[in-house]
Amino acid sequence: MSLVTILQHLLTGVSLGGAYALIAIGYTMVYGILRLINFAHGEIFMIAGYLMVFSMASFPWYIAIPIVLIGTVVIGVVIERVAYKPLRSAPRMSVMISAIGVSYLLQNLATYLFTGLPRGYPEIPFLKKIFQFGSLSASFVTFLTPVLTILLVILLLYIINNTKIGMAMRAVAKDYETAEIMGIQINSVVSITFAIGSLLAGVGSILYFTDRMSVNPFSGSLPGLKCFVAAVLGGIGSIPGAVVGGFILGLGETFLVALGYSTFSDAFTFGLLIVMLLVRPTGLFGEKATEKV
Amino acid sequence: MKKIISLFLLMVVFTAMLTSVAFAADEEITIGVFEPFTGENGGGGFQEVLGVRYANEIYPTIEVGGTTYKINLFEVDNKSDKTEAVTAAQSLVSKGVVAVVGSYGSGVSIAAGEIFAEAQIPAMGASCTNPQVTFGNDYYFRVAFLDPFQGTVMANYAIQNGATKAAVITQLGDDYSSGLGSFFVTAFTKLAGEGAVVAQEQFQTNQTDFKAILTNIKALEPDVIFAPSSIVTAPLLIKQARELGITATIMGGDTWENVTIIENAGADSEGVVLSTFFDEAEPATAEAESFVTGFKEYLVANNQPDVIPAVSALGYDAYLAVLTAIKNADSVDPNAIRDALVTTEFDGVTGHISFDENGDADKNMAFIKVVEGGQFKFLQTVTIAE
Repeated sequence: MSLVTILQHLLTGVSLGGAYALIAIGYTMVYGILRLINFAHGEIFMIAGYLMVFSMASFPWYIAIPIVLIGTVVIGVVIERVAYKPLRSAPRMSVMISAIGVSYLLQNLATYLFTGLPRGYPEIPFLKKIFQFGSLSASFVTFLTPVLTILLVILLLYIINNTKIGMAMRAVAKDYETAEIMGIQINSVVSITFAIGSLLAGVGSILYFTDRMSVNPFSGSLPGLKCFVAAVLGGIGSIPGAVVGGFILGLGETFLVALGYSTFSDAFTFGLLIVMLLVRPTGLFGEKATEKV
Repeated sequence: MKKIISLFLLMVVFTAMLTSVAFAADEEITIGVFEPFTGENGGGGFQEVLGVRYANEIYPTIEVGGTTYKINLFEVDNKSDKTEAVTAAQSLVSKGVVAVVGSYGSGVSIAAGEIFAEAQIPAMGASCTNPQVTFGNDYYFRVAFLDPFQGTVMANYAIQNGATKAAVITQLGDDYSSGLGSFFVTAFTKLAGEGAVVAQEQFQTNQTDFKAILTNIKALEPDVIFAPSSIVTAPLLIKQARELGITATIMGGDTWENVTIIENAGADSEGVVLSTFFDEAEPATAEAESFVTGFKEYLVANNQPDVIPAVSALGYDAYLAVLTAIKNADSVDPNAIRDALVTTEFDGVTGHISFDENGDADKNMAFIKVVEGGQFKFLQTVTIAE
């Protein structure tokens, strides 16, 4: 394998990893706050894809993107209000089952509304612009994804560590009941957590689908599962962990395919999950993380 | 109270079922349509169904033994999935269809073949091109040409146009894709010598990222890339190849003759070459001429682009084949229809059709088309003697 080929693979892997990382953050944040694995997160990602298809049909991209992001946030928060909030005092298992229910509901709703046929994802002109460095060639979105991911994570960490709402989130993550006694509005903190998670899923969806150009009702389920693995790999509850986990998966999958083992690219992801849970159940960053969000 | 309501509902359901059985009239027969409406082949399957529906509209009745039978279509969705295909086939059997038309996609047809054979219902494949569909199955027939033929045609075409190195990309576990890919490899190696196929890569169902595969291929600098695959995969693959700066000619199989590929891949699809069954500009028979004009109107009425997909033509022919066999058998018994199919000959839309000992249509002509100016342009016909 020549150097150019390796660099090209590296670029693909980092770009895929960036998209994974953005979605994985949503899993890890919700888990940090509510101790809930939000199985509907992959479906929110898919719905964001459909939102883009429809909003790009009637608006230019600079209006369509905000519509998609706002729409995704609204859907994420509404799901929390309708399906998770009434179960706040119920056993954790009930909430998780409710999450699985929402996930299937969204999949089947999308199949019913948009049919099972894949829809072409609209092209955002500047994202698809192709750059060439010698024989290395990729579209702008491939370069943008990892950079944007890192920037958003830095911003997110700043919010969590330096703002009032960030402090409230950390408090709720640490001890839910005590935080409530101290006068923290649990409901608004949870809503904001879901809003941030959905927002990042929306951004991830734009980057992911721009590179892959088609959306169907099930296009959220496998990436969703993989990002959940990424979150566990990095240590669920830890944001840097989710990001690192996302990049590990993206690079690992790409290089396995590159080496000719495309059959095993999914097996790699889930094999990694099993090994991680056996060897180090808390994940790469789980143990020493003092903050849960 | 709740119990009474549920009991009442149960009663309603039962009565509904009983009356529906009672209403089934005598002078009706049902032909099963076994096609994917959803899943990766949902788009192509639907186009094939349109061809069948249109044929049913043109020939809604048939006279057998002095009685006129109305022909009903019973459509089931095999979801492009081999497991679902078995369930769908069983529901056709339990519905009591006299014959089956379909399916788009070879894998689902192979999976369902045994069920049709066991139930002794003749099945008429439209665009499934893998040899295994009809091989060793006395009840499966088809109106399309076969993959060994198609693979040879594409390899010949590539070599005639100066290609010396080829790369092949196929879908793991998909009988159509891997079958056609390996027939191409055999033919190309035979013509261009050992090692002329520089890469054989595979991808998984529903995979959307082909960059790693394509990066490997790019490094080997092939002249052509042969990537028989579904219409969902094709635009992604074509776009990503061009994005990575691959300039080799990309070639596909019959599935690729579908405008959604041009719509989704846009300018990147220019120059893509494929082989297909039918060309609307050159109707081969009288049946084809009236089909081209009539079906275009039908497509427009169904909110489809007015370009006739080859699979619709095949769906139409498959229906016609069953119809002709019923006429020849002068019976609506599935076994009699099967026996009649063996000797059935007729002029279909895609040419004159008769069946060989495997139940395959005797066809030795393929149309090669290229994407040019956002449309499929007819390039040449290729005839290969066996």
